[in-house]
Amino acid sequence: MMLIPENEVLKQELKGVAERYDNKRSALMPMLQMVQSRHSRISEFAMQVIADMLDIHPVEVHGVVSFYSFLNSEPKGRFIIRLCRTISCSMQNKDRVARQLENDLGIEFGQTTGDGKFTLEWTNCLGHCDEGPALLVNDKIHVKLTPEKVHDILEECRSTFGLHAAQKKEGGNH
Amino acid sequence: MKSSHEGSVTFKSAEADFGLTSALGKSRSDIIAEISKSNLKGRGGAGFPTAVKWNLAAAAKGERKYVVCNADEGEPGTFKDKVILADCADLVFEGMTIAARAIGASHGILYLRGEYAYLRRSLEDVLARRRDRKLLGKAIGGKGDFDFDIEIVMGSGAYVCGEETALIESLEGNRGEPRNRPPFPVDTGYMGYPTVVNNVETLAWVAMIMGKGADWFKKTGTEKSAGSKLFSVSGDCERPGVYEFPLGVSIAELLKEVGAEDAKAVQVGGASGVCLPASQFGRKLAYEDVATGGSIIVFGPNRDILEVAANFLEFFVEESCGQCTPCRIGNYKLLETVDMLRKGCCSMNYLKEIRGLCESMQLASKCGLGQSSPNAFLSIIDNFKDEVMGR
Ligand SMILES: Cc1cc2nc3c(=O)[nH]c(=O)nc-3n(C[C@H](O)[C@H](O)[C@H](O)COP(=O)(O)O)c2cc1C
Ligand code: SF4
Ligand code: FES
Repeated sequence: MMLIPENEVLKQELKGVAERYDNKRSALMPMLQMVQSRHSRISEFAMQVIADMLDIHPVEVHGVVSFYSFLNSEPKGRFIIRLCRTISCSMQNKDRVARQLENDLGIEFGQTTGDGKFTLEWTNCLGHCDEGPALLVNDKIHVKLTPEKVHDILEECRSTFGLHAAQKKEGGNH
Repeated sequence: MKSSHEGSVTFKSAEADFGLTSALGKSRSDIIAEISKSNLKGRGGAGFPTAVKWNLAAAAKGERKYVVCNADEGEPGTFKDKVILADCADLVFEGMTIAARAIGASHGILYLRGEYAYLRRSLEDVLARRRDRKLLGKAIGGKGDFDFDIEIVMGSGAYVCGEETALIESLEGNRGEPRNRPPFPVDTGYMGYPTVVNNVETLAWVAMIMGKGADWFKKTGTEKSAGSKLFSVSGDCERPGVYEFPLGVSIAELLKEVGAEDAKAVQVGGASGVCLPASQFGRKLAYEDVATGGSIIVFGPNRDILEVAANFLEFFVEESCGQCTPCRIGNYKLLETVDMLRKGCCSMNYLKEIRGLCESMQLASKCGLGQSSPNAFLSIIDNFKDEVMGR
């Protein structure tokens, strides 16, 4: 089958979402969320495509992306790790988990590993305060964390990363 | 008192679609009358009477109307809506369908916080099952004039989007910045159409009340605070979790149940709530005394209460949308003051000045975030003077 450039694939996917909302602006969040989850970022190119489809100015799209903490234009890791720093998790030793994450990844909060796999961030209450400390890896929740569990979580990510990469390659060859 | 830390005993015992069946046998105004008789008030925090909101939306003119379920649950220490959506999603969708019937809405939206994205698939499955069973879609219950369906829209990590006008902005594809009110959403809501926004738990109670009747509901609670409520309990206690208690329960009773009788302080209502010392544990959790969306955070004898204040203010500094000055600058100033108190370099005069700032924030902020963010700070410096002064 024909090889479709990645940008074209993106456009097709976005078109599908926009049409579900009659190409109205209310499609914006779902479109941004789709791009974010597939590419770990929303590039200038993606924002321009979205702006064109919804017939709004790209500055408007920028404004929305910059407002939400789960949307970003700069590149981030394939796995975005968000550790809760709100009070209940804080009282359940989140600092020790934080230190272990930094040690194991060799980066500080707010940074991305050199291989583009992991980004480490703080976040606010995740709604798991009774089983803290809690963190999200992309959409997946992990609770009752200990420094020891950090290693397992990172290993789990590393093993699915290989899988992701392989699947992507396969997909491209169809 | 019988209780479980694993969610609502009442919701789990609900008979499937009992409430909806009963609602479909009633006229629109009779549905609202039953909810009105129950005295149900919003479980999302503000405690607005549900029937009043519905009546306004039912009377508003619009070629379409919307029912929005607020599942943004971002208040620190709150997780009961998550548990309801995980265990009893049908009941919530049933409540939305009843609300739609009552106000004449054809469209429903569940606004789910981005942090709960992992719940989405199972919620979509529940919606699909309801469509298969003709509980959503065209001519629900054989009523030719009742078409209604629900879609799920995700948030993307912004606490302020729980505020109903910010939530609507977000749905419309905008920055989640709260609007000036009036107009209210019941009149000019999503895309300008009349819109009812209700909390997850409120909608679950709606379904229960339609099934079992207003009198059943009013049997628990107090005169001004009918019914039971779910409480999310975390912090220094033996059995954290989600509890169902009749409204009017005292803080002391709750603490006993969760295994925290040695607590020195309790934060009621999350970061935007108040911090109460042991001398006030006799107070009641009810709209007429200590009102709350259900967040209870327990602090044991060894906790530094200023660390708590700092944590909440960091939260607000980060989550303020920045639209208005009192909130944008105010929270930052309050955080600075807590740091001064911690270092032991805050004068009484300065603290007095800061009190004035708190008042301006409460009065001049545009939305509930800035209006309520000084609460925790004020209650901590008032209730824990001994601990915070003269360090
Ligand atoms: C900053 C802020 C955040 C809020 N977050 C939520 C929330 O996460 N969930 C919720 O139900 N209500 C939240 N509210 C209250 C809503 O604005 C609204 O009053 C509520 O959804 C109405 O539902 P109810 O009447 O059923 O309680 C928030 C309000 C403010 C000011
Ligand atoms: S009070 Fe704060 S959150 Fe609310 S509108 Fe003003 S700046 Fe935004
Ligand atoms: S405080 Fe961390 S999940 Fe709520």
